[in-house]
Amino acid sequence: MTQSPLLSQASTVPAVQVTQASLIYNPLQAPVHALADIDLSIAPGEFVSLIGPSGCGKTTLLRVIADLEHITSGSVLVNGVSPHEARLARAYGYVFQAPALFPWRTVLGNVKLPLQIQGRSSAECDAIARQHIERVGLSGFETKYPWQLSGGMQQRASIARALSFEPRILMMDEPFGALDEITRDRLNEQLQQLWQRERRTVVFVTHSIAEAVYLSTRIVVMSPRPGRIVRVIESTLPDERHLGLRDSPEFVALAHAVREALADGHDE
Amino acid sequence: MTQSNSHPTGSSGLMTAGLVLGSLALAFVFLGSSLASNETPKDVLFWSAAAGLSFLAVWGIRRLAAIEGHAAFASLTATVFGLWIVYFWQLLTVALDVPRVLLPAPWLIMQSLWEHVPTLTRDFFQTVVKAVVTGWVLGCSLGFGVALAIDRLPFLQRGLLPIASLTSTIPLVGVAPIAVMWFGFDWQSKAAVVVLMTFFPMLVSTLAGLQASNRLERELMHSYAANYGRTLWSLRLPSAVPFLFSALKVNATLALIGAIVAEFFGSPTSGLGFRISTEATRMNMPLVWAAVVVSAVTGSLVYAILVAWERRIAFWHPSIRGQR
Amino acid sequence: MATTSKPSVSSLFPITVILLAVVVAWYGLTVYLNAPGAIERVLDALGPWTWQDLVNATLNMQRPVLPAPHQVAADLWTSLVDWPLDSPRNLLYHVAVTGESTLVGFAMGTALGLVLSICIVHSRTLDRALLPWVVASQSVPVLAIAPIVLVILGSMGFSGVAPKAVIAMYLCFFPVTVAMVQGLRSPQVIETEMMHTYAASRWQALWMLRLPAALPFLFPALRVGIAAGLVGAMVAELPTGAQAGLGARLLTGSYYGQTIQIWSALVMSALLGLTLTGIVATIETLVLGNRRQA
Repeated sequence: MTQSPLLSQASTVPAVQVTQASLIYNPLQAPVHALADIDLSIAPGEFVSLIGPSGCGKTTLLRVIADLEHITSGSVLVNGVSPHEARLARAYGYVFQAPALFPWRTVLGNVKLPLQIQGRSSAECDAIARQHIERVGLSGFETKYPWQLSGGMQQRASIARALSFEPRILMMDEPFGALDEITRDRLNEQLQQLWQRERRTVVFVTHSIAEAVYLSTRIVVMSPRPGRIVRVIESTLPDERHLGLRDSPEFVALAHAVREALADGHDE
Repeated sequence: MTQSNSHPTGSSGLMTAGLVLGSLALAFVFLGSSLASNETPKDVLFWSAAAGLSFLAVWGIRRLAAIEGHAAFASLTATVFGLWIVYFWQLLTVALDVPRVLLPAPWLIMQSLWEHVPTLTRDFFQTVVKAVVTGWVLGCSLGFGVALAIDRLPFLQRGLLPIASLTSTIPLVGVAPIAVMWFGFDWQSKAAVVVLMTFFPMLVSTLAGLQASNRLERELMHSYAANYGRTLWSLRLPSAVPFLFSALKVNATLALIGAIVAEFFGSPTSGLGFRISTEATRMNMPLVWAAVVVSAVTGSLVYAILVAWERRIAFWHPSIRGQR
Repeated sequence: MATTSKPSVSSLFPITVILLAVVVAWYGLTVYLNAPGAIERVLDALGPWTWQDLVNATLNMQRPVLPAPHQVAADLWTSLVDWPLDSPRNLLYHVAVTGESTLVGFAMGTALGLVLSICIVHSRTLDRALLPWVVASQSVPVLAIAPIVLVILGSMGFSGVAPKAVIAMYLCFFPVTVAMVQGLRSPQVIETEMMHTYAASRWQALWMLRLPAALPFLFPALRVGIAAGLVGAMVAELPTGAQAGLGARLLTGSYYGQTIQIWSALVMSALLGLTLTGIVATIETLVLGNRRQA
């Protein structure tokens, strides 16, 4: 497996460092091992997908990194500090499964939200928000309300919002799951291009094999009961990707490898 | 995200129980002591003891509120809070010798309740059993019946529905003097006011409930070649049950308020509203409070009965299921 | 209760038809109810009479059992037009008295309800100790306490607007508190978690998420509250010897058997209720606009 070329960055601090992390719910009554001894290191600029069946802990792992849940043992470091500190330092943007746009704000107002919370000046918020709305291709829709947009456009707006304060890390929890395949493909392509331009670290949860293979530099296959990493697959695909790549033999081989890993995880 | 709180088991639970019970016992002792009697002048000792007790009370309630787990703890917190309020009411009215025309002590109210059981029972019968129940049953039935009658007449629905909704904004209790003129001073005029007040909410809710069944289910009945009556009975009425109960509950409160306030406008010699307003003019406050307590307990009991009934009949509805 | 349905253009015609039917029925009922009294007092004394005489007499009685619509309208008109605005003979004077107490009480009750609901949502202790009592009070006839409040405030030296406003206040307070608590808690987990990822402070989360999300819950409660406050203000006017206000007019009308006065006061209070609720509904439309869920 050839290493995918990484952008050389000054810091060698991993963006995310998970060491022997475990999360057990209900330890006394009926313990559920949501995560069991997870070891994962994500370098800056990587696009890492977490894939697996329901209950394998992929979303839980993402939420742990985002300081939305807490591990019961082990350690998690984001940019070298605890997830809590990383959150307070606004080191990452989080995109949820649903757009979660406020219906009483316009698209512009919604994208400005995190900037306003950070206390930036009104003019600054406005300018930055408009910039990011343009980057996700929603120019002209700034004054529209969420319910006037299609599902795909709403999700794009939520991505613009997550990127607006330029976090170094982007976490996405099945962001395109609720969309139809055609819209999904287009958004995958746009996300790819965005990542190409900006090379942020992306941690991406999905249960679509094609999506994981298309987008990522590294694919982490997980399995449930207990939630653990089965295999980590490095992508052999070139950095510049387009949708046509999905029919290439390399792509098919990778998808096959992922599928096998998922089956292995299931049998264990 | 909130951190998980302490478990209710173990030493913290025991300590909370001890704190609450202990402070209640201390409170009881304090109340009985000479410090709290109205003859002793109030000095630093009294006030510091009262302050200390209130601090203990707040601490106990905060600890109770912090306990996770069984829903019983939530109601326990509210009960303990209520108990402390009653306690401090008793303590302060007795110790500071508050004139009973201003605010009688809870114990006085209980005594008055006990003394006047015959009077209050008669009042209860006059207001609740005769006026409220009759008016509520009649008003709700009429509202339900009219809604059913105009179910197939969308023209009438479009005309009546806005008017019926708007009646909730006007003070319908104002018809009480007119009702007295037409039906006399006795309970019939109060029941008439209740009928008027309960009719419209029931009408609006029944109409809303009859529209509540989903299109999918109505198409299913259509595919079974079910006629209007069958569809109504098997699908649309059951779907309407949550709406009906919501209106029944609202109407129960409206009925009680309507009957009592209608009595403020003029009544024969009995009735809870009559008791409250006349005894208030005579400054016989303990009896007034006793009548208020009877009304409040009636209102809560009726509401609780309706909620229990709803749980049995509308057990399938998500809002009821979610409570389990 | 179900939200008030706003009349649309398509329902304007049916509404008009129904209202006309009501007026016609009212006239019919007037003739029917006043007939015995009319026959006894007016007609028999004048000798043989026709149906026309009966109808004429019943529709224009001095002390009817049921006044005709035109009698009520005429009384309203003379009261509004023939007397100066500060005279107790002018119904608008009484409207102002009752309306003032209602609005003051409404403002106080809403403010108190808003503050308390914010405290309840942010304090677990208040939520568990106090909120159940506020919710329980909705099934209790709180208006029954009105005479007690009047006595207490009266003996403390408060009279006039203050005691009536206090009663209106606590009638508005309960629905507003319950609705606001529900509204402040209405944001979904996904929205509160999102604010968490932005490291928003509790105050920011309140101002930017919870309060805007609570507004659709607040306004129906405000409509209920102001209507309840009006009833409270009117009821509060009864025991105090009934000097001024619409409730007082109703009471004096019933004491002196002035049927038409009672009906005029009733119509006026209905109009006042409609106006007050209408103002709240207008503010609601302005604030909420055409907000819809995504």
